[in-house]
Amino acid sequence: MVTSLLMAFLVGGFICAVAQLVMDLTCLPPAHIMVLTVVAGAVLSGLGFYEPLIKFGGAGATVPLTSFGNALTKGALVEAQRIGFLGAFTGVLKEVSLGISLAIFIAWFTALIFNPKG
Amino acid sequence: MEGGWDLGSKITKEEEQRKNREYQKMANKLKPRRPILRNFLVAFLVGGLICMFGQLVLNLFIGQGMSAEDASGPMLAIMIFLGAFLTGLGIYDDLGKFAGAGSAVPITGFANSMVSPSLEFKREGYILGLGARMFTVAGPVIAYGSIAAILIALLSLVFK
Amino acid sequence: MAENKAGKQTLVFKKKIVLMEAASIVGPKEGQGPLAQYFDLILADDLLGEKSWEKAEQRIMIDTIRLALGKANLTEDDIEYFLAGDLLNQIITASFSARELQIPFLGIYGACSTIIEGLALGASLIEAGFADRVLTASSSHNCTAERQYRAPTELGVQLTPTAQCTVTGAGVGILSSQGTGPAITHATIGKVIDMGIKDPSDMGTAMAPAAADTLNQHFQDTNRTPNYYDLILTGDLAQIGSDILRELMRKNGTLLGTNYNDSGIMVFDKKQGVNSGGSGCGCIASITCSYVYKKMLAGELKKVLLVGTGALLSTTTYQQKESIPGIAHAIALEYLG
Repeated sequence: MVTSLLMAFLVGGFICAVAQLVMDLTCLPPAHIMVLTVVAGAVLSGLGFYEPLIKFGGAGATVPLTSFGNALTKGALVEAQRIGFLGAFTGVLKEVSLGISLAIFIAWFTALIFNPKG
Repeated sequence: MEGGWDLGSKITKEEEQRKNREYQKMANKLKPRRPILRNFLVAFLVGGLICMFGQLVLNLFIGQGMSAEDASGPMLAIMIFLGAFLTGLGIYDDLGKFAGAGSAVPITGFANSMVSPSLEFKREGYILGLGARMFTVAGPVIAYGSIAAILIALLSLVFK
Repeated sequence: MAENKAGKQTLVFKKKIVLMEAASIVGPKEGQGPLAQYFDLILADDLLGEKSWEKAEQRIMIDTIRLALGKANLTEDDIEYFLAGDLLNQIITASFSARELQIPFLGIYGACSTIIEGLALGASLIEAGFADRVLTASSSHNCTAERQYRAPTELGVQLTPTAQCTVTGAGVGILSSQGTGPAITHATIGKVIDMGIKDPSDMGTAMAPAAADTLNQHFQDTNRTPNYYDLILTGDLAQIGSDILRELMRKNGTLLGTNYNDSGIMVFDKKQGVNSGGSGCGCIASITCSYVYKKMLAGELKKVLLVGTGALLSTTTYQQKESIPGIAHAIALEYLG
């Protein structure tokens, strides 16, 4: 139990710290860094490194945005291998549909009931 | 000052660019550096803690008898809700100032990036304000993530 | 050569044009800063019960104008022209305030140098005999500036060391051809200077060359040196911009001594976590119309050179990878009474 918490801390912290380093060295705005993070996750997934990272780091690998890239790639790869060209397109949003739907619904609800404080 | 400041006179493009570079070099010497090490460590700490919390939630669900795969959905929901809620309370921006990527990269930060523009532009209406602005930051993330994934999948068809 | 001109870019006011009254209202954060005692009013919050921050900023500008008029024992009808500007697209704070006040209105824009531009133009109207009483105003609001120029206010964004904090506040000055008060003697109109700085959270670096250009031109045109003035106040280069300005002036053979300060540095305390310092139209506007005005009336400052600096970028130019042009206007205030 405790090992899983420690591994999550280390892996998740490392991914965030690397993103911070890139941000500080390139002076890119946060939105650009988030895009880079997702694409990095997609590439790592394509190379087959992300699933082992999840086994190793648990939430440390599934909570950061890189995991979103991994899910997008996994979905696209599986369907593409199964049915070919069109599968890349039918599969890409399959794994992330839960995450995106949740995000849309929760974001809408939160924005409704709160007001910005400045 | 006789003949002093000569920026007003017409100069060539190359000369202009040279002067600009000289100025920027001089200015950079006077500017404080970004605290790269401090930022790295704080991002590690805060990002690590957020992920550790996610793991705690996962472990609790697994303890209830769920499999790791089944538990990831509810964990995701809780993290998104947390990011959204803290944004609504006006706390997440303070965390972001402090932790940078440590709070922007976890899924809680993604929720913050969707809630904050929706919240901000609610005053400009529910459709073109709250609705349209929800994807100001999330849009590029989803778009470029999907494009990368599609390209990788198509490449896999060519090579495998 | 035009008879009211000195050198290349400086207007000489031969009539006695006085700043007969001034007022400023600021937000809570500014009210916790080192100059709190000089502002006319410190607000408890920055929304003021309005439906949006834009409406709150209009409220602040209108209330500051009414406060200044009240202090001067004047009404809106006593003012012939209203010159104002702010940071928002299409200067809506100024225009919508003018809608309520019903004074003939001239909208102006110079980013953070707007109040100085307004004072220079207002003095020109009086000098030329077009008016006896002109009111100038400028304001900014932290949240309206953030949501327009940078990011939604609740988005978690890390500030860089060069970043500045937009001031929530307004400054109003009433110029008159009669009465007593600090007199505007000269105004140096600046040129737009761009040295290729592209980072919008590094405005001090972008604006410092314009400030140096205008300062040098002012000294050249008037045959004065920095020692002539009790205070040279820029607004708002903040810490980094003012360090660069000192260096630029030093390289050109002019040393800025202890009589030089910057409103972005003065408005906040370092403990308030504002990185390089304050910014926004309201910064130099509120400090000119409170601290400077009051110190001059008390005789503690007799000759002041105010140099407003503006970063003339927009959200579009930044996204199109354009650099940030800067401008600086100077006015000389002298109180001999």
